[in-house]
Amino acid sequence: MAPGEGRPDDTGGPHPVNGRRSELTLTVNGTRHTLTLDHRTTVLDLLREHLGLTGAKKGCDHGQCGACTVLVEGRRANSCLLLAVAHDGRRITTVEGLADGERLHPLQEAFLDRDALQCGYCTPGQICSAVGVLAEAADGFPSLVTPDTARSGAPVALTADEIRERMSGNLCRCGAYPRIVEAVADAAATGAAVTGAGVTGG
Amino acid sequence: MSHDPVPERTASPELSHQYEQGRPPSPDRPTPHLAPAAPLPHPLGAPSVRREGREKVTGAARYAAEYTPPGCAYAWPVPATVARGRITALDTAAALALPGVIAVLTHENAPRLASMGDPTLALLQEDRVPHRGWYVALAVADTLEAARDAAEAVHVGYATEPHDVRITADHPGLYVPEEVFGGPGARERGDFDAAFAAAPATVDVAYTVPPLHNHPMEPHAATAQWTDGHLTVHDSSQGATRVCEDLAALFKLGTDEITVVSEHVGGGFGAKGTPRPQVVLAAMAARHTGRPVKLALPRRQLPGVVGHRAPTLHRVRIGAGHDGVITALAHEIVTHTSTVTEFVEQAAIPARMMYTSPHSRTVHRLAALDVPTPSWMRAPGEAPGMYALESALDELAVVLDIDPVELRIRNDPATEPDTGRPFSSRHLVECLRVGAERFGWLPRDPRPAVRRRGDLLLGTGVAAATYPVQISETEAEAHAAADGGYRIRVNATDIGTGARTVLTQIAAAVLGAPEDRVQVDIGSSDLPPAVLAGGSAGTASWGWAVHKACTSLLARLRAHHGPLPAEGITVTEDTRQETAEPSPYARHAFGAVFAEVEVDTRTGEVRVRRLLGQYAAGRILNPRTARSQFVGGMIMGLGMALMEDSALDPVFGDFTACDLAAYHIPACADVPAVEAHWLDEEDPHLNPMGSKGIGEIGIVGTPAAIGNAVWHAIGARLRDLPLTPDRTLAALAAPLT
Repeated sequence: MAPGEGRPDDTGGPHPVNGRRSELTLTVNGTRHTLTLDHRTTVLDLLREHLGLTGAKKGCDHGQCGACTVLVEGRRANSCLLLAVAHDGRRITTVEGLADGERLHPLQEAFLDRDALQCGYCTPGQICSAVGVLAEAADGFPSLVTPDTARSGAPVALTADEIRERMSGNLCRCGAYPRIVEAVADAAATGAAVTGAGVTGG
Repeated sequence: MSHDPVPERTASPELSHQYEQGRPPSPDRPTPHLAPAAPLPHPLGAPSVRREGREKVTGAARYAAEYTPPGCAYAWPVPATVARGRITALDTAAALALPGVIAVLTHENAPRLASMGDPTLALLQEDRVPHRGWYVALAVADTLEAARDAAEAVHVGYATEPHDVRITADHPGLYVPEEVFGGPGARERGDFDAAFAAAPATVDVAYTVPPLHNHPMEPHAATAQWTDGHLTVHDSSQGATRVCEDLAALFKLGTDEITVVSEHVGGGFGAKGTPRPQVVLAAMAARHTGRPVKLALPRRQLPGVVGHRAPTLHRVRIGAGHDGVITALAHEIVTHTSTVTEFVEQAAIPARMMYTSPHSRTVHRLAALDVPTPSWMRAPGEAPGMYALESALDELAVVLDIDPVELRIRNDPATEPDTGRPFSSRHLVECLRVGAERFGWLPRDPRPAVRRRGDLLLGTGVAAATYPVQISETEAEAHAAADGGYRIRVNATDIGTGARTVLTQIAAAVLGAPEDRVQVDIGSSDLPPAVLAGGSAGTASWGWAVHKACTSLLARLRAHHGPLPAEGITVTEDTRQETAEPSPYARHAFGAVFAEVEVDTRTGEVRVRRLLGQYAAGRILNPRTARSQFVGGMIMGLGMALMEDSALDPVFGDFTACDLAAYHIPACADVPAVEAHWLDEEDPHLNPMGSKGIGEIGIVGTPAAIGNAVWHAIGARLRDLPLTPDRTLAALAAPLT
């Protein structure tokens, strides 16, 4: 998605304060935040260091591990690779925004039920990524392992192989992968977790 | 601790009843006449859900870099860009001129540290550069962005010296270390040379394992703050007691003047076993600047400063009779350490206890090179050592035309070969038999390279696994509150093992209390001191102390008459005496790993189709979290077999694979069906819980099982890890060996 696309009408883009900083507004987990930020600040550092939302993790800061995965306009993204200043007006959902009050998101429940975590550091990224996977499959996004014969744009059934392939951008050094695949399959089977691109936290 | 505070005394009849069930009735107090409930399930062995699981899936669990005290500054380290030499020039002016930069610490202005046992922590104390990546400066700024920019702007000049980072089997600097894992660096039993020369069947083979990196998902991080002379740090560590003690030594403080918190730790696998540079640097910078300082090490810098598994060059020689019984066994390894301190990858250790071997030689040799200091990585010694030994066993099975499961069974010793001590329990044979049955090992055509499916060649392999039982002194406090709740305090660390959960189970089992009435506080040096989470010894060490404290508390409660005093009753116990006594038994966990692989003959890619581990590790206290640990270890073993591959660049002296783009660890799509099973092993010679450690044995054996399966698939023996496509393709192009 190109910068600026999807920006709500009421923001005119980031306002430069000086050559190094700009004022911008983002909606995070449904709450609007207007901040003046260093142009070098990533969305990940914005969340962790400026908003106190430390659910998104910094594992590599280079888009290699997926621990920082959040949802931008409902689609998953490595937040360490996104400059905040380029995301003025965007709606971002983090792991903190998935539960409905005390009621966990079905994927959070499934990760707990299956013990799909150990140290927990990759877990928020895995869960946000899985939210994205369910939406992408529902929206007919193919993956490397989707059969060539699949009808274009039709929802993709999330087999174990599909889940393994689609979740491979999220590394887990503890080796929780088999349980993660089961957890995502559980959530996919309930259907409740598929909220599509509507997951905006708003 | 944020989880499970002692609940207010509740009027709930159900909870009150559980409370009464848990606490022995006082003779002075009538037992409430409530309807009898079903007896509580015995909490040892129950699949209790991770206590902190909800915090972890909601993002509420905070790790070391996720505390930001008011006024917190950010630090970014500057690594040396030469492999050996001295710093001759330092120019920090450009860095200090950048907006928001507070300070640049170097050996010229950093706080002086007292020398102590770990020279890797003598940071910014002198101009010597012992290896590339060694920290030479630390930038501190108001923001993370400014700190990073400032670190880039520090100019360091060096007088370089010739360096040597390549270990070879005939390196002139090789020496035999005096002590390795409590034994001699080299030792011989019987007359290996004569027995090997006389053996009718022999193998004489060499294997290599490259440098490997732990790369826990959470990079090493610390947030430090000095308040009225008291140092508080949140550190990503496997053991806050040791961190506290080492900081006290470095800064000449009492341990009561330091608080180290390691509440949630994003993995360690040995790389956070002892204090690493981040905690010392953060404390130095906080003292120097007078502000709280947060330091998270960049991923790419980790291999240079947090330790790695040293490369190992193995030579294994086995002589056996026609019946397959081993008569001579030699395992000789060559490895490196740094010039900073000696660390020996104890890879020849398992050959001392694994198999029947009347004539045996095990030798460690190493050279101190200009390399980063190696350290523990999951199953140090056992992981590479058993890769070589179990691969050689497979080669011997081929020579003898004996099934590799059967060959191992024929060499199962009655007592520990080196010491003659009886095993406290040894069920390797049962693991091999039960695992083979579950896996469908038989019928198996032993011929290699005959199972073709289109472009794929399929094969199966087996290997044994072992890991020693270790236990260390720990202290624990058990408290019964007047409201009926219990609170356990012990400085254990949960690095993802489920320590909180299993310690709760142990306490609940002793106290006869429901788990939800037991609060367990861990992860702070203000708690009673405990050994670090390592050596697969955490649950045994902490659990024994918790067991003992709860047993004492229960006795106190039984002797108590009347309602508890308002402050409750508290007891503290330690296991100094129990852990100081050497066991008359040889104590090890065992396992058998079975693998099925496919090798693509066009691309050379090896994929694991199935992996099955069958273990005997004492009583499994929580099958839910235990399964995750076994399977996780096996997956790390899969990475060691197929993809994890670092090297030292001879020109630059640097690791060639520093980040997760270059150093490949298994991803979800690499991991097939992985099963872990265990025997219900009863062993009365361990600890009150009857448990052996399980955190490391999963990685042991798995690489050899996969490598042996690759031989079975393609008919070529690849003896250098990892089994990457370039190597399999070259082997496929060559005649069968």
